[in-house]
Amino acid sequence: MPPLEILLGGAILVSLTFYALMGGADYGGGVWDLLARGPRAGRQRELIAEAIGPIWEANHVWLILVIVILFTGFPTAFAAVATALHIPLTLMLVGIVLRGSAFTFRSYDSGEDDVQRRWGRVFAVASLVTPVLLGVVAGAVASGAIRIRDGVVTGGFVRTWMAPFPFAVGGFALAIFAFLAAVYLTLETEDAALRDDFRRRGLAAAAAVGLMAIVVFLLADDGAPSIGRDLAASRWTWPLQIATAVAATGAIFGLWTRRYRAARLCAAAQVALILWGWGAAQFPYLVEPDITIYNAAAPPATMRLLVGALAAGALLLFPSFYYLYRVFKD
Amino acid sequence: MDDLLAARSQMAMSLAFHIIFAAPGIAMPLMMVVAEWRWLRTRDETYLTLAKRWAKGTAILFAVGAVSGTVLSFELGLLWPRFMGWAGAIIGMPFSLEGFAFFTEAIFLGIYLYGWRRVTPRAHLAAGAVVALSGAASGIFVVIANAWMNAPAGFRIVDGKATDVDPVAAMLNPAAFPQALHMTLAAYAATGFAVAGIHALMLLRDRDNLFHRHALGIALAVGGATAVLQPLSGDILAKTVAHNQPAKLAALEGQFRTERGAPLRIGGIPDVDAGVTRFAVEIPYALSLLAFNDAGATIKGLDAFPREEWPPVAVVHIAFQIMVASGLIMVAVAVWGAYLAWRRRALADSRRFLRAVVAAAPLGFLAIETGWTVTEVGRQPWIIYGVMRTAEAVTPMPGLVAPFLAFTLLYVFLATIVVWLMWRQVINSPRVAAPLAEGKEEKYAAS
Repeated sequence: MPPLEILLGGAILVSLTFYALMGGADYGGGVWDLLARGPRAGRQRELIAEAIGPIWEANHVWLILVIVILFTGFPTAFAAVATALHIPLTLMLVGIVLRGSAFTFRSYDSGEDDVQRRWGRVFAVASLVTPVLLGVVAGAVASGAIRIRDGVVTGGFVRTWMAPFPFAVGGFALAIFAFLAAVYLTLETEDAALRDDFRRRGLAAAAAVGLMAIVVFLLADDGAPSIGRDLAASRWTWPLQIATAVAATGAIFGLWTRRYRAARLCAAAQVALILWGWGAAQFPYLVEPDITIYNAAAPPATMRLLVGALAAGALLLFPSFYYLYRVFKD
Repeated sequence: MDDLLAARSQMAMSLAFHIIFAAPGIAMPLMMVVAEWRWLRTRDETYLTLAKRWAKGTAILFAVGAVSGTVLSFELGLLWPRFMGWAGAIIGMPFSLEGFAFFTEAIFLGIYLYGWRRVTPRAHLAAGAVVALSGAASGIFVVIANAWMNAPAGFRIVDGKATDVDPVAAMLNPAAFPQALHMTLAAYAATGFAVAGIHALMLLRDRDNLFHRHALGIALAVGGATAVLQPLSGDILAKTVAHNQPAKLAALEGQFRTERGAPLRIGGIPDVDAGVTRFAVEIPYALSLLAFNDAGATIKGLDAFPREEWPPVAVVHIAFQIMVASGLIMVAVAVWGAYLAWRRRALADSRRFLRAVVAAAPLGFLAIETGWTVTEVGRQPWIIYGVMRTAEAVTPMPGLVAPFLAFTLLYVFLATIVVWLMWRQVINSPRVAAPLAEGKEEKYAAS
């Protein structure tokens, strides 16, 4: 069996992947709500609401799982991140609160168009801002700007994240979530015109993803040197990057030729591979360059129990999720 | 406002807000499942309408509870990073288990709320039952983590660091069972009474509405049965506090001097400078008897502790009095209702009883808020009792008054919206006439 630290680090990465694939697409849905245009704008919004209504609460528990694994398995890493990134995390939380409540208020409010539109606007704007902040946090963690000396966080409360690289990662996260949502939404309707709306949006988002990927890669040289080095030069990087490129091409080709199921599969694979590439580049660091999965690890007794709980929890969770998606999705 | 006070205020406000949504998250699913089960048994459509109405309310409360709970899981680190860095490995376990319970709850709530036409009636009822069980489980896990802060266990301290960490022993800390029992019962009692109060209010206007009569019956059964048990669980918890946290017991009882055969003080205002609790009704020996089952037992007063280790006495004492009084009034209303039911009288036929239920409606939530005030303020100045002070745990981040104000404004805004939405749900109530009062036909208005 691999060491406990690696199992728990892997569990965080897997949970983040599910969060991106499920919760990320919900954020993307909000983005398309905000950008709904044309003669079918109203129906686009309805489709988005129907698609995420039954599943969004569950989708967003993945983030809580990431947090609890982090603070149980690697408590000092959690403390360092929460201290250094207090400001973007707090802003992200405001976004999460507004987004979730506005979505529910809109669903359960009366039919008054004005009120509904106002809640829809809050939901959509919060869906746009929250993933950017999520990306900013990820970018700052990877950047190496957060330093810990003798257990004390140095580097300030602003400088670590108020930089081009974290915001580029934020823009990348937004683009990729919007892309995922558009691809998923092509499979949520029988209406060919509506489906084509999201097909076009998916292709546009794919272009944005490609653009942001280049920006992030270029900024990484300066903004996250150690990750940039790993992505450019390490042994595993080219197979992984080629696989990511194949998945991305497959997703675009699928959208182009209207093979939507294939497009969905490729888009999901692309996002997962991007996250794993990031994970591999950052390994074994949780927070570059001072905190690793080894020096932040909880005592073995805790890690063993946590791994056991995660395994048992997975046995409960995956069948439940399968059931949820089988009831509401094709 | 200094940063420590701002951090404490933000945490207190976040918890006080979240618990209002978390408690119905535990109890509402049980009530809607009971209503749906009654529908399946009796085929009385009123019960189905009721289950759907309650489900709507639950969806709103659950969504706000979920996001405010997400905020709390981050705030543990945002406000108290040194506490989490030190204790995460010891008490992270119950939070992890809570994560899975919450997952289960969210998944099956999605099926319950949106799956009325997509799954069989039996599967639908089962989904509701899973929501009810996992909701209770997630509450229990979170309270276990809090209990550890009151009665830390499962580690040794060597050179300021925790060693020999045993997360199972930490979860089985002596306060875990009493606190979890007390809070779980409180969730059912408070929600049951609040819901009963709303339906009682509607019955005062519209006496024969069968919809509200059914609702009142279920809500009072859930709220009343648990309210009656609550003094017992409170007694178990108070005995644990007497054993583990004598300073907290002294504060909540307003006991300044160490004494044998201490009296139970009802009401009163603690005067910290003079070291006495004034204007209290004292029942001789009762405190010693309640705390240690021995009328002559010695109760440690606050004088047994250094001044800087006293919690804010007046706040804790008065909050405790309000909690106990609220709980006892709820017991009285529950017993009255049981008596009426035993005499085979429809509860809704007694206007006096309906008025009492309306008056008692907010008391459960008042008791929950004041009870948590006793637990949390009574633990001060410690974040981990006897191990780490709250002041040592706070983040070095400056300007904490800003996030405190931001979250306060955000939550006040959300609370206003929720109250308004709920009220609209209530006043648009379906009109279902009682068959005996108005003939056989049932009238449905737009719902």
